[in-house]
Amino acid sequence: MASGKEIRTQIASIKSTQKITSAMEMVAASKMRKAQERMAATRPYADKILNVIQHLAYANPEYRHPYLQDREEKQRVGYIVVSSDRGLCGGLNNNLFKEVLHEIKSKSDKGLQVDICAIGQKASAFFSRLPVNMVAQVTQLGDAPRVHELIGSIKVMLDAYESGHIDSLYLVYNQFVNTMTQEDTFIRLLPATPGAPSEEMSHHWDYIYEPDAKEVLDDLLVRYIESVVYQGVVENIASEQASRMIAMKNASDNAGDLIDDLQLVYNKARQAAITQEISEIVAGAAAV
Amino acid sequence: MAMTIHVDIVSAEESIYSGLVEAVIASAQEGEVGIYPRHAPLLTRLKAGEVRLLKDGKEEQFYISGGVLEVQPHIVTILADTALRADDVNEAAALEAKAAAEKALNDKSAKMDFAEAQVQLAEAMAQLRAIERARKTRKH
Repeated sequence: MASGKEIRTQIASIKSTQKITSAMEMVAASKMRKAQERMAATRPYADKILNVIQHLAYANPEYRHPYLQDREEKQRVGYIVVSSDRGLCGGLNNNLFKEVLHEIKSKSDKGLQVDICAIGQKASAFFSRLPVNMVAQVTQLGDAPRVHELIGSIKVMLDAYESGHIDSLYLVYNQFVNTMTQEDTFIRLLPATPGAPSEEMSHHWDYIYEPDAKEVLDDLLVRYIESVVYQGVVENIASEQASRMIAMKNASDNAGDLIDDLQLVYNKARQAAITQEISEIVAGAAAV
Repeated sequence: MAMTIHVDIVSAEESIYSGLVEAVIASAQEGEVGIYPRHAPLLTRLKAGEVRLLKDGKEEQFYISGGVLEVQPHIVTILADTALRADDVNEAAALEAKAAAEKALNDKSAKMDFAEAQVQLAEAMAQLRAIERARKTRKH
């Protein structure tokens, strides 16, 4: 049986681990709240831009931007995979990558090749070890990413689409459902289907365009794709923090259980030592 | 009270301004525009520059680095860019993203970078500790 001192040091070591995990839990909780606020702040822009695009696509049926034309998947498919920069957030990234691998497999069964754009350290490390074609990456975005940090890697994919190198483009990220649930989500970015304009927007009026409708639409479509990707990145950060919070909470709870068990063992060992000592004394006294 | 119009200035990252004003003055691509209530629907690109909002005889100013101005009968929306968007800047950013990917792919022989190695080391250590603990507890 382990001696009392050994168990004590073990308890102390687990306690210090527990302190770290519970601190990480609290940090993740506060970061999650901020990320959620940021998520909400990105929404008006994306909604507004989508409204305008819907209206433009509806009002100019004769002009079809390449992004809006339906295209068959013939050769190559692009994926923008959003991951976190750091680990210790449960199975968040790995579950996502598993889904992506699944998807890649089903595409390659159809004879399609895959281009990957990795956002985040984890995705970059994961896909660079795999025999897939990683064409662009951006890492170390931090807790508050900026749109312009993403523009470069998105442009690589958009250019590939425009030149016909890839036939479609997907965004993969963890959707933040609530604190307990994060869902891996695939969104088809290109070809885009803006959908029909809302009741209010579909009335028979049109804008005055300066310089002209096409140029404005071109601009807006790129902005729209960027804003969707940006939203995905921000949402993924919220998911990461939520997942980390839960993982760290579990770790702290487990540490607590371990400490309780060890404490029990320690008490028993101490009690046994005392009993033994007493019986020795009694036996000694009886012998005199 | 003078007639007012609702203005939203939003960027992809945040909402910058929202409220009622008497007029909006912005520098559009084709020249400066002033939008007053009941302006005809208009959609135009904005250059980098100031957006001025007139309200109660006072003026509020915002600097935006480009974007799109949308005017509807009762609402004006400015979709502001968060950074200057010149084509060559975008091109440079794209090249940078590509180069980063290539570097990550070529670094395979050098294994992963420092941060990644640290994380894996921490994981391995945690696993070792868990195994050790399991062994110890089994002994009793």
